[in-house]
Amino acid sequence: MGIEVFLGLFTVEFFYATIRMASPIALAALGEVYVEKAGILNLGIEATMLMGAFFGVLGSALSGSAFVGVLTAMAAGMLTGLLFGFLVITMRANQIVTGAALNIAALGMTSFLSRIIFGVRLLPVQVQGIKPLPIPFLKDIPGLGKILFEQTPLVYFTYFMVIVMTYALYRTTWGLKIRSVGEHPRAAETLGISVIRWRYGCVLLGGALGGIAGSILSLAQLSTFVDNMIAGRGFIALAAVIFGRWNPLGAAAAALVFGAADAMQMRVQAFSLNLPSDFLLMLPYLITLIGVIIFRGRAAAPVALTKPYEKEATA
Amino acid sequence: MAQKNGEALTDLMQSERFLHRFERIFSVAVPVLAVIAGLLTAGVLIAIVGASPLEAYKALFQGAFGSPYETATSLNRAIPLILAGLGVTVAFRCGLWNIGGEGQIYIGGMFASAVGIYLVGLPLWIHLPLALLGGFVGGALYGGFAGYLKAKHGINEIITTIMMNYIAIYLVGIMVKGPMQEPPGYFPQSPQIQPGAILPIIWEETRLHGGLILALALALLFYVVLWKTPFGYEIRTIGSNIGAARHAGMKVARVQITAMLISGGLAGLAGASEILGAQYRLRDFFLPNYGYDSIAVALLGQLNPIGVVISGILFGALRAGAGTMQRTIMLPSSMVFVVQGTVILFVVGTAILANLPKYLAKRREAAHGN
Repeated sequence: MGIEVFLGLFTVEFFYATIRMASPIALAALGEVYVEKAGILNLGIEATMLMGAFFGVLGSALSGSAFVGVLTAMAAGMLTGLLFGFLVITMRANQIVTGAALNIAALGMTSFLSRIIFGVRLLPVQVQGIKPLPIPFLKDIPGLGKILFEQTPLVYFTYFMVIVMTYALYRTTWGLKIRSVGEHPRAAETLGISVIRWRYGCVLLGGALGGIAGSILSLAQLSTFVDNMIAGRGFIALAAVIFGRWNPLGAAAAALVFGAADAMQMRVQAFSLNLPSDFLLMLPYLITLIGVIIFRGRAAAPVALTKPYEKEATA
Repeated sequence: MAQKNGEALTDLMQSERFLHRFERIFSVAVPVLAVIAGLLTAGVLIAIVGASPLEAYKALFQGAFGSPYETATSLNRAIPLILAGLGVTVAFRCGLWNIGGEGQIYIGGMFASAVGIYLVGLPLWIHLPLALLGGFVGGALYGGFAGYLKAKHGINEIITTIMMNYIAIYLVGIMVKGPMQEPPGYFPQSPQIQPGAILPIIWEETRLHGGLILALALALLFYVVLWKTPFGYEIRTIGSNIGAARHAGMKVARVQITAMLISGGLAGLAGASEILGAQYRLRDFFLPNYGYDSIAVALLGQLNPIGVVISGILFGALRAGAGTMQRTIMLPSSMVFVVQGTVILFVVGTAILANLPKYLAKRREAAHGN
């Protein structure tokens, strides 16, 4: 591969695709940052996104409106989050196993339903998708305008959430409460912060964002549902949280890197360059693995992560 | 009066014999109820889409055990689940969350394929054990690396094993489209393994292969090692109380790394036996989701080798039967994932109830304290 060919990859289209591919990962990762900051590890992001992707398409097919589809996806994600929360917060089930089991169940349920509903054409396969919405004036910024501001509304929503969630986590009392719940739940409880309630709140938020993230993949990119269409992006979001050192801004930046790998993979395939596409698909995981090895010892994970919280029987 | 009765009840619940019996009953009742819950949940889904759950389960059972051939297919599906399930069990018993069965299976399959393809002219009794050993070593190194990072550097094994799953899956993709691809290079697959590396068929007129004997033998060995040797005692002690294990002078890091080596090795054998016994060549995605399913198998089996064998056969039958069900009554086979997922959610969701007698006793003590 000559250097010109390599540089030729980095076109406006490439950066545009990077943002487009990064936004579902970033959104799901933002939710997971809050979930983990509250002390819960949700391995079921894949399940949440898959439910969002499927119910987003179903909602859009039934209503004829992509916006209703996104709301349906959000609701489906929150329900998945609620089930997860009930099991790991109230029933104190093991978080890792619960998340893994949710992934299996969601894969089965969405593939089953889609095969029945869309496979035998009870509903059209192609539904109302989400179209790009260029923002006046901003889109005319030379270079950046085309890349950043001719995207779909859900990408703008992602920009917005990156800012809001970063600010909220570090600059508001709500954020402080969430962090205290994940760092030292016992102490938080003595200060009158309800650990259980805040954990449920974060899990629901994570579910909502994961569901919307899933609908980006189905509604804004394909306008249809395909079996197992999240294809590991839930785990990439998890990787983004870790690589971003549990900081919303960091997670979003990591999502951008992983989105670039995704975009690169598509371009390499299009240009049939002599670089195995499997290698690019592997990159996010490889980068994260190397990252956790290099940054070892500098603990950034919330202290109470994966530890169920049990209220003391008598105070 | 009512209070007295309550006290008598908690007294009973506190007694050593009751606790023991409660645990015994619980460990059998939960898996059985979990399977029923799983079948019911999927049944509701089937009914929602307008099919008959009874028809579906009849077709599923027919597909799993309707004839010797189908029974053998179910057992063939169970082999990698049992082997990888034992792998998950040893790690979980040692308190290590090895989510990396998926990746270890792929690496094991890749190593076994390499030995099976590129060593030529060896007799069966040398070649086959070498290929199996290759699979074990591949998986063991892969799992052991995560164990080393955990034990020596405190790097969370959940994160490393998940990342390594995808790395392994795509590595196999690179290999079967590159260095290991079958000439002239049309399909993403390796050449066939040598005849000497093939796991023999053990049931005539079916495809049941010798991996079953290997899996059952290892389950037995597993039981002996884990419950009858000092090493097994160390593994279980570290898993249940790492502080006590350190206090007792156990070499925690060494045992943890060894447990991950064995855990990965068993998953590697799962991949190896599939290649050497059933598929005869390496392909992309050759055992999809079996690593995650093996977590389900291990937990449904209550992290106990006999339980793992039983739940492995159950999940194997579900997988095999679902294929037939899809062909005969046109219900998507993905339904079995709903059963499997629900089963595990039920098992982990009810785990807390195992502490019920102790919890009640504690509450009573607290009440007396006031």
